[in-house]
Amino acid sequence: MTRYILRRLGLLLVTILLTSMLIFAITQLLPGDIARIILGREAGEQALEALREQLGLNDPVIVQYGRWLVNLLKGDWGNSFSTDTEIFPLVMGRLRNSLMLTAMIFTLSIPLALFLGTISGLNEEKPIDLLISMTSLSLVGLPEFVTGLILIQVTAIDLGWFPANSSIPMQASFGEAFPMLILPALTATLVLLAYITRLTRAGVIEELKKPYVRTAMLKGLPHPSVIRRHVLRNALLPTITVIAISFGWMVSGLIVIENVFNYPGLGRLVIFAIERRDLPLLQSVTMVTVVGYAISNLVADLLYAKLNPKIRLE
Amino acid sequence: MNSLGNNPKLLLRIEDLTIAYKVGILSFEALHEISLDIGKGQTLGLVGESGSGKTTLALAILGYLPESGRICQGSISFGGQNILTLSDREKQKIWGSQVAFVPQDASSSLNPSITIGAQMMESLIHHTQISKTEAQQRAIELLELVKIHDPELVFQSYPHQLSGGMQQRILIGMALSLDPQLLVLDEPTTNLDMTTQAAILELIQELVQQQDTSILYITHNLGVIAQICDRVAVLYAGELVEEGPKKEVLGSPFHPYTQALIDSVPKIEMNKNKNILRAIQGNIPLPLERPTGCIFLPRCPIATEICQERPLLFSTTDGRRTRCHRWEAIVNREVVPTQPQLEISIPEQSPEETEPILEMDSVKVGFPAPRSLVDVLRAKVPTAVRALEGINLTLSRGQTLGIVGESGSGKTTLARTILGLVQKDEGQIDFLSIPIPSRLEERDLSTLQNMQMIFQNPEESLNPFMTVRDALRRPLKRLLELKDAEAERRSRELLEMVHLPQGFLGRVPSQLSGGEIQRVAIARAFATNPKLLLADEPVSALDVSVQASILNLLIQLQLENDISTLLISHNITVVGYLADVVAVMYLGRLMEVTDTRDLFTPPMHPYTEALISAIPSMDPKIKEPIRLEGDLPKPTELPLGCPFYSRCFRSLGEICQSQEPPWQELPGGKRIDCHIPVDELRSLQVAQGDPTTEGGIE
Repeated sequence: MTRYILRRLGLLLVTILLTSMLIFAITQLLPGDIARIILGREAGEQALEALREQLGLNDPVIVQYGRWLVNLLKGDWGNSFSTDTEIFPLVMGRLRNSLMLTAMIFTLSIPLALFLGTISGLNEEKPIDLLISMTSLSLVGLPEFVTGLILIQVTAIDLGWFPANSSIPMQASFGEAFPMLILPALTATLVLLAYITRLTRAGVIEELKKPYVRTAMLKGLPHPSVIRRHVLRNALLPTITVIAISFGWMVSGLIVIENVFNYPGLGRLVIFAIERRDLPLLQSVTMVTVVGYAISNLVADLLYAKLNPKIRLE
Repeated sequence: MNSLGNNPKLLLRIEDLTIAYKVGILSFEALHEISLDIGKGQTLGLVGESGSGKTTLALAILGYLPESGRICQGSISFGGQNILTLSDREKQKIWGSQVAFVPQDASSSLNPSITIGAQMMESLIHHTQISKTEAQQRAIELLELVKIHDPELVFQSYPHQLSGGMQQRILIGMALSLDPQLLVLDEPTTNLDMTTQAAILELIQELVQQQDTSILYITHNLGVIAQICDRVAVLYAGELVEEGPKKEVLGSPFHPYTQALIDSVPKIEMNKNKNILRAIQGNIPLPLERPTGCIFLPRCPIATEICQERPLLFSTTDGRRTRCHRWEAIVNREVVPTQPQLEISIPEQSPEETEPILEMDSVKVGFPAPRSLVDVLRAKVPTAVRALEGINLTLSRGQTLGIVGESGSGKTTLARTILGLVQKDEGQIDFLSIPIPSRLEERDLSTLQNMQMIFQNPEESLNPFMTVRDALRRPLKRLLELKDAEAERRSRELLEMVHLPQGFLGRVPSQLSGGEIQRVAIARAFATNPKLLLADEPVSALDVSVQASILNLLIQLQLENDISTLLISHNITVVGYLADVVAVMYLGRLMEVTDTRDLFTPPMHPYTEALISAIPSMDPKIKEPIRLEGDLPKPTELPLGCPFYSRCFRSLGEICQSQEPPWQELPGGKRIDCHIPVDELRSLQVAQGDPTTEGGIE
């Protein structure tokens, strides 16, 4: 097992290194002169040249990449072009917010989806299954901004249960942020729910057909214990992997939801950096995203290996 | 309600049981008016082909019918209660503790993500409330009981770490854990190798003697029935057609179907040159097209007027029952209930006048062992797994070369190497006296035309969305470059050749039976008029009654088309029946090559001896059976000397382990790869009892 983890960690580092090259290369290819973006249209050639020299933009690309990578590792991510503040604390603060939201989404959606999926799978083609499947499928069909806006209208404005705006202050503790997390998390849950429910349902149905279930039943074990000990353990394997992978999406991919609720997470920061052509900020946010995805993939694989003895022993 | 009350020797009584399945709006009967008893401590064998309802009957006895199954009438009394009316809770009480089940497919019948120990302990703990330590101890005892060598290690293992034979032993151990009164075994050895099957059967026999458990043993293999059962019941299309003590039923059947089943399998030492098998004509009736009279009428060789009426289950002599109007005529030998025999006369060829079609000289194939990233970085070259080594074989024109061996023996790799799907590392293959390239891509069109293959599982070897016409036309157009009209004409010819109606051209595989699909696969292989046919287990996935007709078809086509066949099978009786020359393989190497006439005559390689001894036979008392110890060694951990060393019961010790055995040639062309001198082998094996003195049926 240790060997397996070490190997996976090695692969993870290689992946991150390769994508860092890719990110650096792409931002190099983007049109526009960084010095001109910073100094504006009216700047003189001399001032531009001085700034290029100062930023190291005249060095060979490989030197620029090396410097960028080393600084990245040191935590010296430079200053944002557009706000002229340090990038590192900015990105970390946003990452923290995104993680809080993700935790909230997980708590709401996973138990519910697994529960509904299992019920559905155990009652294949029966009314309860049809009800669950149809409801979750019709919910997934609605775009996030529609469900988000409906939730705001009904639960925030009409009923006044939750705040409509989720723009939490910097450094807000989880407790302080909690009420404002509910609506964005609920919106994301509605998206995830159908997906994970379907997957769980399919897993349960498939495993129920396997001969080992018959073996367990014919041992005389009570039905619920057969489901719990035998069926679910195998049925949830693919689901758990997908959940772990979706972690990456939640951390940085909730762009629409964060915008609808005005939530200061990484997703909105990406949009901000793109709009302002803030290259250093964009690079940093993208790197954080990549690392997030890579780690969630690793967690998915390790979990799968932990639960599936066939992989564990390789 | 207890109809067993007055008979203390009876454990289970099935009365007038009729079960139907509902599919959509249709409902069809799977079992029709079945009445059967199982006595205490008795072993009842249930024989039937697919569609006979034998699995439905087993599930009904267990009270585990699927939701679509409906009990139309009848009862199953077990231990004072009718199983069919029990509630789920009541059934859970008897499952595992009073009735236990051993399924066919051992590997998928164990939960892949739970250890063997935990799976064994759960029913012990649930039913008897013993502590975990006690349960563990009992589980280890059970593993010992079913002869698992390292019970502590196996206890902690996961199913995929164990061989098929061990998994089956574990399932048997699990089933016995609470001393059930009734054990239902559903084809427990069908997916296993011959030698493993023999060991499992022996284990079951021993356990029966020790434990006084009643057994319902379901199988399609009459040899297995003969070996381990007391009585036998024969099911056909959902009806019980014959029942009685095994010796009488198998020795002189009172129902033409039983007779046909016995006649349709090759027995040990039978060869196509001497005996042509009697195949059963026609097909098993479809569930919705059951004849109103005798169910076997459309296929019966001795049917008369009276058979239009449905026969009763007549009680005949010696506690036997048969559902045949003409049983008395059969008993009095007024009629012989055998199926008609195909007229094939096989000209005996003398080896001198034959030219070689396929010659293999020192063919060697290795598969690279998996390399890890670290190995790559260290530039470490892993030792290759020797898949095939030192293969020297010749197949002569018009002959059949049989390759026999267990799974892992390399027989399929050999076929794939000849076909060019696996690349050889060393050696030469001459086809029609010309060396052919290793890679399929480098072979010319005529080589491809002249070499065709039939696979084991016909359902999987035909594209399910392609009609028979498309399947037949494809090789005609690709390899023979025929035009449409010509291809159509030839397709029709081919169907006729395999005795299928022209109407089948428009059908897809799902509309055909297993035997029919295999006929289409054979027609497809013959489409290009090949010189060499490779047949990998052509009959082992088929029903017993279908096997004979496919074997006959192969013999007939081979004669009519001047074709040579390489036949691969794990079944030494089938190989002995169909082949002219037999090669015995073990772990990628040849152990013995012999003319089929000498296959069952000593001296023979100890491995061949073990394979022959593993054939389930009518009278096991004649010889002391040979059982191989343990499992196949890992291909990466072979001994330096003889690969069979680790399991050989005649090993000479040191020399066998460290030195490669020599090839010993005998007069008559037999060659044996063994250190033991042939004369010594002969005297050992003759002393053991000539294994051919009794007629084993398989």
